[in-house]
Amino acid sequence: MPLQSLDVVRRSATTLPSPEVRGAHTGQVAKLIDTTKCIGCKACQVACMEWNDLRDEIGTCTGHYDNPADLSEHSWTLMRYAEYENPKGDLEWLIRKDGCMHCEDPGCLKACPSPGAIVQYANGIVDFQEENCIGCGYCIAGCPFDIPRISKKDKKVYKCTLCSDRVAVGLEPACVKACPTGAIVFGTKEDMTQHAQERIVDLKSRGFDQAGLYDPAGVGGTHVMYVLHHADQPLLYSGLPEKPRISPTVGLWKGVTKPLALFAIAATAAIGFLHYIGIGPNETDEQDEDAARREQEKTP
Amino acid sequence: MNARDPERIERYGAATRINHWIVAISFVLLALSGLALFHPALFWLTNLFGGGPWTRILHPFIGCFMVAAFLLLSVKLWRDNMLQQRDWIWLRKIGDVVNNREQNLPEVGRYNGGQKILFFTIIVCLACLLLSGILIWRQYFSGYFSVDLVRLGALAHAFFGFVLICAIIVHIYAGIWVKGSIRAMTRGWVTPGWAWKHHRAWFREVTRGIQQR
Repeated sequence: MPLQSLDVVRRSATTLPSPEVRGAHTGQVAKLIDTTKCIGCKACQVACMEWNDLRDEIGTCTGHYDNPADLSEHSWTLMRYAEYENPKGDLEWLIRKDGCMHCEDPGCLKACPSPGAIVQYANGIVDFQEENCIGCGYCIAGCPFDIPRISKKDKKVYKCTLCSDRVAVGLEPACVKACPTGAIVFGTKEDMTQHAQERIVDLKSRGFDQAGLYDPAGVGGTHVMYVLHHADQPLLYSGLPEKPRISPTVGLWKGVTKPLALFAIAATAAIGFLHYIGIGPNETDEQDEDAARREQEKTP
Repeated sequence: MNARDPERIERYGAATRINHWIVAISFVLLALSGLALFHPALFWLTNLFGGGPWTRILHPFIGCFMVAAFLLLSVKLWRDNMLQQRDWIWLRKIGDVVNNREQNLPEVGRYNGGQKILFFTIIVCLACLLLSGILIWRQYFSGYFSVDLVRLGALAHAFFGFVLICAIIVHIYAGIWVKGSIRAMTRGWVTPGWAWKHHRAWFREVTRGIQQR
């Protein structure tokens, strides 16, 4: 199914190119989340539930506004509320809509051992193909943003699809459609970057001199970006990583070491074969048996 | 195969042989299922186990089973695998070993230096594979550890799996190379000549034992 979209630029655990003749000729997509415009209404969460037919378990109050308390296989997006006391002593409520960032260089896809369980489309969307998912959870270890969640019931991983089904037919993601303040907008990555710059100019003119765009280069940029009032301190926003990148451990685990190790295994076997052909087996002959017999007889 | 038959010296009792082959078969299953998830080129091996999810489910259970079986085996083999001075001399003369010039080597006990190094390589690998395997066993354990620890576990598991596979290839080849070794582990006995040639110190121990009986 996914390959027939003919725009698959990356496919997990696959060594040859996938059908990708249909490029994103009108530009890659991006969702821009302007945290400075967000009022924390959770309409995006509801829209996500509705469009994707997801219902999380009703949990218990944990003493803060985050509800549910964390992302799960049933909650692909989540508003996270951070209370920040700025140096002036004022309280700032920093609300961030958390979910998959759709990295240009996705750590989940790099870590996945199952061919085609994770794909990236030409438009930049990173999508899980659960029919190929084997439930190992390696994507969870690969993700720099702690996003994928594995279902306890079906042992498949789930995350935001950036409404790839809607985007494929020219609609914007459900959360974008539902946002009442225009804090979430969707378009080409170029347009969204430009729009963000306009917002940042506006914010700076109003005293937020550290306002900026969160489009981390460490993962090749992301297809979900944030406008932050404090772009110099992303950690304030419920732990948004400062310099996310694919962990070097994952890089080493999934990088050039794998073909090298496979080669070394084959070489070990090949050396054995060549030794057998070149030097030959070590056999016991009659002389050895005689020597043993003599010694056995000698032994008192 | 008994002590009275001068043509046969017992090397491995039935219990040890069965234990060895339980470990060996588990290892083959683990290597195949592990390699299937190690590199995309080998993912087709998951078909042997009923598909990707079944491979993912079975691998860690077989792993625990193998560790338990090897633990039993290692208790039996531990004493004879202690490294001695003569083993280091043997290992230094590895050139004579691979060129079948056994006359230049020091006398060998029940196991030679190479076998002992292999024994401890397996122990280290299995211990590390078990610990790292627990870290990446998503279904039961990964949730209890930090993501950095799980990443380290994944890397360590791949590394020690790789080392163990190479070590076992050497082990299997040694069995093919030194004729009479495979029979020792399938039937349990070796000829006196084999023992005299490859494990002379052990041969003398055994012959003396027979005479004393």
